[in-house]
Amino acid sequence: MATTSNAASPPGLPADPVPRTRPLARLGLLLTLPALLLVGLALLLPLGLNLATAIRDPELAATLPRSAALLRQWDGAGLPDEAAFAAVADELHTALEDQRIGGLIARLNFERAGMRTLLLRTARATPAAPVSMALPAIDPQWSDPATWRLLRRASLGITPLYLLRAIDLDLTADGTPIAQPAGQGVFLTLFARSFAIAIVVTGLCVLIGYPVAHAIAGLPRAWGRTAMAFVLVPFWISILVRTTAWFILLQHDGPVNAALLALGLIQAPAQLMFTRFAVLLAMVHVLLPFVILPLVGTMRRIDRGLLRAAASLGAPAWRRFAFVYLPLTLPGVGAGALIVFMMAVGFYITPALLGGAGDQMVSATIAGYVNGSLNWGMASSISVWLLLGCGLIVAAAYYLAPIRR
Amino acid sequence: MKTISRLFAALVLLFLLAPLLVVVPLSVSSAPSMTLPIPGLSWRWYEDFFTGARWLLAARNSLLVGTLTTLVATPLGTLAAIGIAIGAPRARLLLASLCLPVVVPSVIAALAMYLAFIRVGLANSLAGLVLAHSVLGLPYVVLTVLAGTKQFDLALLRAAASLGASRLVILRRILLPLLAPAIGAGALFAFAISFDELIIALFIAGPEQFTLPRQMLASTREFLSPTLAAAAVLVSLVSLALLGGFALLQRRRQIGLLPTAASGPPRRTDPR
Repeated sequence: MATTSNAASPPGLPADPVPRTRPLARLGLLLTLPALLLVGLALLLPLGLNLATAIRDPELAATLPRSAALLRQWDGAGLPDEAAFAAVADELHTALEDQRIGGLIARLNFERAGMRTLLLRTARATPAAPVSMALPAIDPQWSDPATWRLLRRASLGITPLYLLRAIDLDLTADGTPIAQPAGQGVFLTLFARSFAIAIVVTGLCVLIGYPVAHAIAGLPRAWGRTAMAFVLVPFWISILVRTTAWFILLQHDGPVNAALLALGLIQAPAQLMFTRFAVLLAMVHVLLPFVILPLVGTMRRIDRGLLRAAASLGAPAWRRFAFVYLPLTLPGVGAGALIVFMMAVGFYITPALLGGAGDQMVSATIAGYVNGSLNWGMASSISVWLLLGCGLIVAAAYYLAPIRR
Repeated sequence: MKTISRLFAALVLLFLLAPLLVVVPLSVSSAPSMTLPIPGLSWRWYEDFFTGARWLLAARNSLLVGTLTTLVATPLGTLAAIGIAIGAPRARLLLASLCLPVVVPSVIAALAMYLAFIRVGLANSLAGLVLAHSVLGLPYVVLTVLAGTKQFDLALLRAAASLGASRLVILRRILLPLLAPAIGAGALFAFAISFDELIIALFIAGPEQFTLPRQMLASTREFLSPTLAAAAVLVSLVSLALLGGFALLQRRRQIGLLPTAASGPPRRTDPR
């Protein structure tokens, strides 16, 4: 605030006789503390934990603590010694009997298919000493150094595996990142699709919203208020209700198809549901008010005198728009586009309800890993890359687009 | 040119509103499927809603969580906005941090909160839902109240202080009455955010904590009964009531305050 920001008097002038700024600054900070604490504890801390979850790898050390300690000491060359073999066999057996082997099996089988069978077969057996001879007899994979190196990596407590898998990379047997075989990776496609849908929706919202906001801002007061009500009502109505409305409208025997048939525009009901068209239509419908509202505000604040001045200096309409009006509205465009993009990229319900299998976005995958396969490492990793992607795109837009004042 | 642009705007506004209106006739249709035109009128789907245990539980949860969220987010957001308005240092940074919940994509916030809350026993609990929704509603309270503080001259506070009013008196007798409409609007915002919210509920709420949006989503996945349309209409009525209250408060804010602030030119300072 201009009234309170004169903390230091200019040199040469007497100091402010009433030193009111400092105590108010402290009081002001104090008043913001509870809110900051709430955001810190319930959002920032969880976001940090989320990052940690993406690289956390606690299962092996928790389920097979002695084996983990021995594996960490092992240099990774050839096969480990008898003690490690014995510890693994013994602890796997106990873990199975105590019914706490599930987490470890899920973790190792996620890294290498087939580990489930190997672990269960080994845990059920009671190998006689020397265990380093008995285990390969149960399953030849125990004589493969790659199996042991995989266990050793899993004993370290942190892993890049989830982060790598989330961008279609994999780990080789000796732990270096490698591209997954062509056609197997799904996540890069998923990210590309999510960002593409978000960018298209943002673009459509700006292209449609800009002229609408311009028309509303130019309306006389009473009409302007009515028009704003038309924007505000959908804005306040739940996103889910709006998506549900489209869900009903676009059904095979729903109102839209009925209307098109009645008008003779189509001969048979069109497939509207579960298409990319439905997703884009509903997303634009849901997000359009987020562009129109800030833009109307920005456009109403523009000093019309500037446009008249430009006209009196001989600028034709297109020049007045391109060099006076448009630059003045860009902060509003930027604010609206940013909100729409951020909301669109994390959209869940609209693609889930209206889209087909090929229209699902990142959110659905994240929710699937949490609610379905309980793989928190993957859920976190995908969200970390998503957040990074959003940050990069917004930063790029911020520095490339002339929206800074 | 102007006519074309206004016609386009009218069409777009119709596009925004019309799909919402279609739900209304479907909710009072006597047919058990959602087709238009409806064969006859019937209140049975509303009856379904108000006698269905799951819908009632969801409605109760939504109202409870919304109210508690408002009670948490409004005081905290108001204090923070006042703090920023009276000159907390690094105001831009403070405001940006408080607005973070708006900028983080909701699915990321929801996942992070779920993973954190499950460790402290807040997942699958109404308390966890209230905490999460409070964070989400907070920025709206802060921004609304902060805009409210720009409607009058903060020198009033110094004048009161110079006349010997204590800080508590200034807060109670001057600041809060002047800010009351803005605080009310912020509170409505916080309630609306919570009432609308689905993604966090999707992660944090178990079946016992289903809110109305969560229950609606669940019912789109099952047999599609017009009870869903009835629920959509009821939820929208609550949203419209909130919007009405919001509009009323804004009008009061414009005419109820000091003439110098209301009649002066709009300030150029952006709240962001």
